[in-house]
Amino acid sequence: MTLNFRWRYLGCLLMILSACGENPWNNPYPSKDSTSNTYYSSFSERPKHLDPVSSYSEGEAIFTAQIYEPVVQYHFFDRPYSLVPLTAERMPEPLYLNANGEVVGTDATDSEIAEVVYRINVKKGIQFQPHPSLAKDKDGQYAYHGLSRLDLDRVSVLSDFELSGSRELIAEDYVYQIKRLMLPSKHSPIAGFMARYIKDFAPFGERLEAQNLLDQPLALRQTSFEGAKVIDRYTYEIRLTRKYPQFVYWLAMSFFAPVPWEADAFYNQPGMQERNLSLDWYPVGTGPYMLTENNPNRRMVLERNPNFRGEVFPEDSRAKENKNAQAGSIMPFIDKAYFSLEKESIPAWTKFIQGYYDSSGVVAESFDQTISFSSAGEPHLTDDMSKKGVELLTSTKSSISYLGFNMVDPILGGDSKRSRLLRRAISIVVDYEELISIFANGRGQAAQGPLPPGIFGYLGGKEGINNYVYDWIEGKPSRKSVAEAQELLVQAGYQDGIDSSTGEPLTLFFDTVSSGPGSKAMLNWYRKQFEKLGIELVVRATDYNRFQEKVRTGSAQIFSWGWNADYPDPENFLFLLYGANAKITSQGENAVNYQNSDFDSLFLQIRSMPDSLAREKLINEMVEILRRDAPWIWGFHPTSYVLKHGWYGNADPNLMARNTLKYKTIDPYQRMEKRREWNDPIIWPGLVGLFFLILMALPAWFVYHAREKARVR
Amino acid sequence: MSDYLLRRLLYAFPILLGVNIITFFLFFVVNSPDDMARIHLGNKYVTTDAIEKWKGERGYDRPLFYNSEKQGRGKLLDTIFYTKTVKLFVFDFGQSDSGRDIGYDISQRMWPSLMITLPILILGLFLTISLALAVAFFRATYLDTFAVIMCVCMMSVSGLFYIIGGQYLFSKLLKIVPISGFDDGFLAIKFLILPVVVGVVGGLGSGTRWYRTIFLEEVNQDYVRTARSKGLSEKVVFYVHVLRNGMIPILTGVVALLPSLFLGSLITEAFFGIPGLGSYTIEAIQSQDFSIVRAMVFLGSALYILGLVLTDISYTFVDPRISLR
Repeated sequence: MTLNFRWRYLGCLLMILSACGENPWNNPYPSKDSTSNTYYSSFSERPKHLDPVSSYSEGEAIFTAQIYEPVVQYHFFDRPYSLVPLTAERMPEPLYLNANGEVVGTDATDSEIAEVVYRINVKKGIQFQPHPSLAKDKDGQYAYHGLSRLDLDRVSVLSDFELSGSRELIAEDYVYQIKRLMLPSKHSPIAGFMARYIKDFAPFGERLEAQNLLDQPLALRQTSFEGAKVIDRYTYEIRLTRKYPQFVYWLAMSFFAPVPWEADAFYNQPGMQERNLSLDWYPVGTGPYMLTENNPNRRMVLERNPNFRGEVFPEDSRAKENKNAQAGSIMPFIDKAYFSLEKESIPAWTKFIQGYYDSSGVVAESFDQTISFSSAGEPHLTDDMSKKGVELLTSTKSSISYLGFNMVDPILGGDSKRSRLLRRAISIVVDYEELISIFANGRGQAAQGPLPPGIFGYLGGKEGINNYVYDWIEGKPSRKSVAEAQELLVQAGYQDGIDSSTGEPLTLFFDTVSSGPGSKAMLNWYRKQFEKLGIELVVRATDYNRFQEKVRTGSAQIFSWGWNADYPDPENFLFLLYGANAKITSQGENAVNYQNSDFDSLFLQIRSMPDSLAREKLINEMVEILRRDAPWIWGFHPTSYVLKHGWYGNADPNLMARNTLKYKTIDPYQRMEKRREWNDPIIWPGLVGLFFLILMALPAWFVYHAREKARVR
Repeated sequence: MSDYLLRRLLYAFPILLGVNIITFFLFFVVNSPDDMARIHLGNKYVTTDAIEKWKGERGYDRPLFYNSEKQGRGKLLDTIFYTKTVKLFVFDFGQSDSGRDIGYDISQRMWPSLMITLPILILGLFLTISLALAVAFFRATYLDTFAVIMCVCMMSVSGLFYIIGGQYLFSKLLKIVPISGFDDGFLAIKFLILPVVVGVVGGLGSGTRWYRTIFLEEVNQDYVRTARSKGLSEKVVFYVHVLRNGMIPILTGVVALLPSLFLGSLITEAFFGIPGLGSYTIEAIQSQDFSIVRAMVFLGSALYILGLVLTDISYTFVDPRISLR
C-alpha cells in the first residue's frame, strides 16, 4: 500500500463517515425513529409499582396515568383545578341517605347522614388494550387461563404469548379494583385510609381472609361487597359511611381505575411470579397508551393503544384563547413515548440541549446559563436558550415545604403564650425569601399559611398575608424586622436568647437527614437565622429511619418536612394540623402534633362542605388560628421550572393531572432539522490529537531504531 | 488438584457464612423491619396494620437471630437470619422485597455490565502492557521519566473526572458519540465506545506504572542477559522473553478479577446509562431491600472466592513448578 493510496483511503473513510450525517453520530436513538411521532423524555428513579392498587408515586404516575383510566380526570386547562368525566358518562354526584335509607339534602348535617352513595355510569364501547389475559381461543375460552409451569417454559416476557385479546370495559372492572384495594398482598397505601370511609371495607377483607379466599380473583369477583356494587353492566355504586366530598378527587386517581379480573387470573397462575410476570410489571388498561417495553433499568416505552376510543381535545375558551390548533381534535397526538433512565443530571441536560429530550427541568449546574431574572424578579431565559427556541414554563406547585415545631415539646410546644411568642419570633427571623434565593435559585414562593396558590381558600395580596410575620409595604409582603422578633422574644422571657427562668442560654435542636457536604451550607444558614435571636441551634443529623422514628415518637424538636397535595382541596392541607391526626397518638399526618379545639371543630365543618363563600370564610378563620399559633414556620411553595423545545406543543403545566401525554404534540421534522443543526460532529480536533500522539511517539521510534542499529563498542 | 479444590470449597462455606452474618448484622443495625416496611409502603397514609401485614408476608415478623418462643431447632431456624440465608448457599436468591425474582434480574443486568467491563479489561491490558513494555525499553531515559510522571498524573486524577471530561469532550463538544444510553446487539456499540475509552484511559496510568515495575524486574534477570548474549534483538528479548515471564503476575492478577467483571461499575453505569448490575446493590440499599442486598453481597463474596481459586489454578498453567495438592 503506497503512502498516496493510504491518504486516499483515509480520505474516503472520512467522507463515508461524514456522509452518515443524515443521523447525527451522537443520536442515542435508532435512525429510523428520526421522523417518528415520538416523545422523548427521561426518568431518574425506577418505578416500583405499576399495579394501580399500589402505585402512588409521581414517578410511577408518569406511566400508570397514561394506561389506566379512572372515571374522572382533571381538566387540562382549568385553574383552579376542576374535574371532568373521563370514562364516566357524567360527573359522579353524591346521594346522601339517612339511617332509614331515605335521601336527604346536600345541606344535611354529618349526624343526619348515615350513608353516601356515588352511582357512576361508565361510557359504553370502551375497550381494553390488547393483552394475553383477555385472549380467547377458537372455542371462546380464555387461551391462557389454565397454564401449567410447563406451558411457561418458553415464556420470559409478556410478548412471548402469541395471542392477545380485548374486551369492553364494564362497571364490574371498577368494582373489582375497589375490592383489590383491601387485599393484604397488594399493600395498597390507601387501604387503611379508605377503610374509614368505604362501607364494609375492612369486614369484607376479614370475610375473605376467614374463608381463605384472598388472592383468588374468582372469589373476589363473586363475594359481595356492600362498599362497591355492580348495578348493571355499565353502572356501579360506591357507598361511603360518611360525608366526604373530597372522595371524588380520589376517584381521579389510579387507585380507582378499572382492572379486569382476567388480569389477576392470568398473573396469579403458577410460574408467573418467578418470571416477573405480574400486573406490577405489565399493566392492562383502557387508556390512550400501553406499556410495550418495561425495562426500568434502561427505558420504558409507551405506544398508542390501538383499541383506544379517541378523546376530544378541550374546545373551551382557554383553548380558543391560545388559538390551540388541536382544539376539537381527537387525541392522542403522539404515537410513542420513549422514557430513558438517566440517573445523573449532566447527561440528561446535555441530551436536552442536543435536542434528544423534548423537555427538561433546569439543572443546578446550568441554572445561571439558562435562567436570568429581570429587575422585577421575573425569570426568563438567557439569550442562548431563547435563540435555540427553548421555552420556559413555570408554575407554583401544590405543595409546601415547612419547618415544624414539635407541639408536645416542653419549650417550643403547647398553647402557652410563652411558647407561642417564641415560635412567632423564630418564624420572623427564618428568612425564607433568602432561603429561596440562595438554595432554590429563586424557585419558590414564601408561604403565608398552609395553603398553596391555586387551592380553594388561598388568598393572595394584602388580605392573604400572615400579619404575624409580614407587613404589607409598597404593594408586597415585607418580613417584619429582627427587632420586632427580638421584642417578641423578650415578651416570651428569652431576652437575647437567655431563658429568664433559668438564666441559661436557649438551645434548640434541629433534626434533619441532611448531613452531606451539600447540606452544610443550608444547615449553617439555619444556625445563622436562629443566631439573630441569640438562640443556639444544634443540628442533629441522622439517617432517614431514625429521623422518621423521632418524628413518630415526638422526640424531634424542630424539623423540616413537606407535603405534596393528593388533590386540590384545602382539606388535604388543613388535615395535616387536625388534632386527631397527630403523629404520636394516631400515626397520622399531623407531624407536629398540633392540637387546637377551635381549629379541629372548624376542620370538621369544612371537611364535608362544598366550596362556597361560607366554606372560604371558615378556612380563613382556620388559617388565621394557625398563623397565630405558628406550629409551622410556613416555609415555601416550590415553583416548577420546565424547559421545552419549540417542536413540543401543549406542554402547559398541570400539576394535578398526570395523564397529560395524550394532549402533547410533537413536530418530528422540526426536531430532526434542529438535531442535525446542533449535532454536526467535529472531527478535526481528533485528527490533530492523533497527529500530536504520532509526533510524541516519533522520538521513541527513532531512539528504538538507533539502539537496534547501534554496534557494541 | 481435585482435593485442593474440594478443600477450597469447604473453606468457602464458613467465609460465606461469616460474610452473611456481618451483612445481616450491619443491615439490621441501621434498618429495622418496620423501617423497611415504611420505605416499601410509602410515606403517606401508612397504618401500623399495613406495616405488620407487610412484615408478616415477607417473613420479617420473626426474630432476627433467636426465636425464644419456639422449641428445639425452631429457636434458630424460625428466624429472619436462617430463612433469608439458607437458600443462598444453593444460589436460590428468591424474590426481592418488592416481589421481583432476583436471579432473573441478575441474569438480565449482568450482560450489559460485562459488555463494558470486558472490553475495558482486554483493551486496557493490551494498551497498558504495550506502553509498559515501551517504557521499560526506554528505562532510565528522559522518555521513561516523562512516562512515569504522566502515569502518576493520570493516576492522581479521579475516575469521575475522566467520565465527565470524556462526556464533555466527545459527546458535548465534538458530538461524536452519544453521551449516555444503551441498545441491544450491535446497536449497543456506539454507546459502549465512550465508556470503554474512558475506562481504558482512566486505568492507563496505574496499569502502565504497575506493569512497568514488573517488566523492569524481569529485565534485570539472568535469562534476559543470556538472551542478549545470544545476540537476540531487543524486540525479541522484550516481546518473547520479558513479556512471557512478566505475564505470570499480570495474568494471575487478571484472573482474580474475571468473576467480578459481572458485577459492573456503579459510577460508570450511572453516568453512561448502562443498565448493568453496578447500581443494583446501591439501589437496594437505598430502598432498604434486604433480599437484594444479601443476595448481591453473597454473590460478590462467592465470585471473589472463585476469583482466588481461579488465580491459584492459573498459577499451575503459567508456572510449571507449581502444583496444587
